[in-house]
Amino acid sequence: MSDGIFKPDSIPMLALGYRFQWEPAQDCHVLLYPEGMVKLNGPAAEILKRINDKQQTVAELIAELKVAFNGADLDDDVYQFLEEAYGNDWIRKQ
Amino acid sequence: MATTGSENNKAPGSTGGANGMNVRDAIRQPLWLLAELTYSCPLQCPYCSNPMDFAAVKSELTTEQWLSVFRQAREMGATQLGLSGGEPLARPDLIELIREARKMGFYINLITSGVGLNADKVAEFKEAGLDHIQVSFQASSEDLNNLIAGTDAFQHKIEMARAVKANGYPMVLCFVTHRQNIDQIDEILDLAINLEADYVELATTQYYGWAMHNRDQLLPLKEQLERAEAIAHRYQDEQKGNMKIYYVVPDYYEDRPKACMNGWGNVFLTVAPDGTALPCHAARELPGMQLPNVRDLSIREIWEGSNDFNRFRGFDWMQEPCRSCDERFKDFGGCRCQAYMLTGDPAKTDPVCSKSPDHHLILEAIERGRMEAAKPAEKAKPLVFRNPKNSKEICGL
Ligand code: SF4
Ligand code: SF4
Repeated sequence: MSDGIFKPDSIPMLALGYRFQWEPAQDCHVLLYPEGMVKLNGPAAEILKRINDKQQTVAELIAELKVAFNGADLDDDVYQFLEEAYGNDWIRKQ
Repeated sequence: MATTGSENNKAPGSTGGANGMNVRDAIRQPLWLLAELTYSCPLQCPYCSNPMDFAAVKSELTTEQWLSVFRQAREMGATQLGLSGGEPLARPDLIELIREARKMGFYINLITSGVGLNADKVAEFKEAGLDHIQVSFQASSEDLNNLIAGTDAFQHKIEMARAVKANGYPMVLCFVTHRQNIDQIDEILDLAINLEADYVELATTQYYGWAMHNRDQLLPLKEQLERAEAIAHRYQDEQKGNMKIYYVVPDYYEDRPKACMNGWGNVFLTVAPDGTALPCHAARELPGMQLPNVRDLSIREIWEGSNDFNRFRGFDWMQEPCRSCDERFKDFGGCRCQAYMLTGDPAKTDPVCSKSPDHHLILEAIERGRMEAAKPAEKAKPLVFRNPKNSKEICGL
């Protein structure tokens, strides 16, 4: 998947005007943006939470996820999600 | 800046997940709270969707009352807060409202004409947690703008749009289009490119309130729309990746109505300056409304129990042809206010729909607009500007 927009050394960031937060009434994490809201599933929330918390490269983000999820092989899933999120305008590249 | 109503088309989650729920569910949450903080406004837009009799509203909710409304709506699941009016900047407590709303977790949208805004205020709002500012323009050329807005506000707006961007907000510009400015759509878009706007909404005038009163002067002609649409599409292609352009066709020229408010009492709650709670900002003008007020009842009582919010909720209230039409789950039979304004019965099918027996009323309105447009300027009906004097005169206040 590294023929996409994001490479191991890219730094993903939330798109301008997007906010990531926990929404008690929905019982899930959401992305809020002008006049809208996306409810996030678990994996999406794990990735976006890390993008939101600190600036880091995709490689670092994947390393962190691997620690959190017992070394699971999730590189492809992360890249695929990042491309989709970029396509949806949720995130941008620094 | 009163909402033009154009955001009905993309009410909460309509591009995202929140709307994927089954619309036939029981009562849903008020996800979107539109707080019309005040009817004060330095501008006098003839396309304003505020009620004609706005000058009758004397007492606005206090800061504490607004915060209580915000808190209650938030507890019921609201995430989006729109601050509009009138001109919300006319409220001296705006910054406090923003700060507290942000603490509650709202995503806060300020819908402003930019009059009364300055670079310092934009920075203060940012610091207080405002998420999003939408600046509305009347036209791209200074003269036309000043004519349409009734004041000399244009240069200032451009400065404000720049200040918005300098403070790290996406620059969202809204141009309300109508017959008298739609031919300038290319100039409007060039201006937006010059300003490095991120989003441009070419919102079509929605015919409520003052705009309805001025409809014959505002409704664009078909050939104007065709030209505007072609230009908008060309710019959309050219600006791909830079600037997003939303172009909305006026529903008078469609053969299906808009899914107004995403369904009555479904996700959208408006609170007017005096505390009246409404399922949509135009609903005040419908007959038989009880107009519950947040000063007397809780938001939950109003949302779940009031006659007004239950009146057109779901599908049981519908008449034919909507009642047995498969498309009712998608468009909810259109707009109740439009049905009322055109047919006199708010429970009828929105006449925009080509299946409506009243659809001819739309065609006749278009024809009247065409006849007005053909008159020489000095014979045409003058635009009636939205100001307290006209409000009092016309409504006999
Ligand atoms: S007069 Fe214009 S700026 Fe003022 S509330 Fe109405 S539409 Fe908005
Ligand atoms: S008949 Fe009613 S439900 Fe069917 S398309 Fe027209 S407005 Fe929508």
